[in-house]
Amino acid sequence: MIGRVEPRAYADPYLAGACLGAVLLAAFVITGRGLGASGAFATTAAGVGHAVAPEATAANPYFARYLAGDGPWRDWLLFEIAGVALGGLASAWAAGRLRGAVERGPRARRPTRLALAFGGGMVMGLGAVLARGCTSGLGLTGGALLGVGAWLFMIAAFAGAYLAAAVWRRMWR
Amino acid sequence: METDVAMTAPWIEEVSTGPALVTAVAIGVGFGAALERAGLGSARKLVGQFYGTDLTMFKVMFSAILVAMLGAFWLARLGVLDLARVELPGTWLVPQLVGGGLLGAGMATAGLCPGTSCVAAATGRGDGLAVVLGMFTGVLVTGLAFAPLRTLYEATARGPLTVPVWLGVPYGAVVLAVVALALVGFWVVERVERTS
Repeated sequence: MIGRVEPRAYADPYLAGACLGAVLLAAFVITGRGLGASGAFATTAAGVGHAVAPEATAANPYFARYLAGDGPWRDWLLFEIAGVALGGLASAWAAGRLRGAVERGPRARRPTRLALAFGGGMVMGLGAVLARGCTSGLGLTGGALLGVGAWLFMIAAFAGAYLAAAVWRRMWR
Repeated sequence: METDVAMTAPWIEEVSTGPALVTAVAIGVGFGAALERAGLGSARKLVGQFYGTDLTMFKVMFSAILVAMLGAFWLARLGVLDLARVELPGTWLVPQLVGGGLLGAGMATAGLCPGTSCVAAATGRGDGLAVVLGMFTGVLVTGLAFAPLRTLYEATARGPLTVPVWLGVPYGAVVLAVVALALVGFWVVERVERTS
């Protein structure tokens, strides 16, 4: 057991959101770019591809761009996402919220939940490649900078999420 | 006015130098901690958004957008931040609508988004790890099968287009409209939570 104390309640969502906004603003001011997540997956995929099959990856029309410049492993988003994992871990530890578990609804079996998590992740991977970003890089960053594509993306993402959620309602209720 | 360019933010522009990468980790720590504090590393809490039981995701997302949007607007007005040097994600109308729909559907299926899945995995959740692995596989497979998707991927490019430029209205007017929209949204979600 890591913490015997009761896990602390989550923060007020508006306060947590305002702090997140301040972090995003700091990213704009310090480095001239925003937050992201899916880009770290893409650069990792390119890096792994380059290690396994260097020629094929260099010839791949999607992954080749990640091999340019300083290469896939010196990518800004990769370092940022490592920070996300560290920050999440430290925050959960400090609040007594570190628990090994598979979160699922009362009626969902563990293998079903894991399969949907993996499958949903795969669909997000396809969507993020097509859209050139996810809820972080397009939603938050592009949203705050008032990008047209970012706002269209967010509207489409909420619509897609509500539609899919109707299918999985029994999993969570 | 443009005499002291060095003092104007953004301060670091080369994104793969040592200082930029150290900053990336620090920014990420703040990002991850904020998501975890809000409870968005929990799939059960995040999907509450789509069943009307817990609208934390909307509240966090739009308070963050408000703070960063207002901050960027005012810092640019005061001449502290040069927005022309802040990277604006480009607009590709059709791929972003299609990709957004898919990403949203995947998020409601997985229970987490790409960013929050990293927090979930790092805080011991097996479902979070499954989402991370699925997302990685999805990006890898899409990248490998990219050739037939290329036409869609490159369709309807509009470059780094902002809503004020697109509509031909002042930047400040759009900022004000987004603030008003978000405040109405917060009022609505509070009511939805109370009635469910």
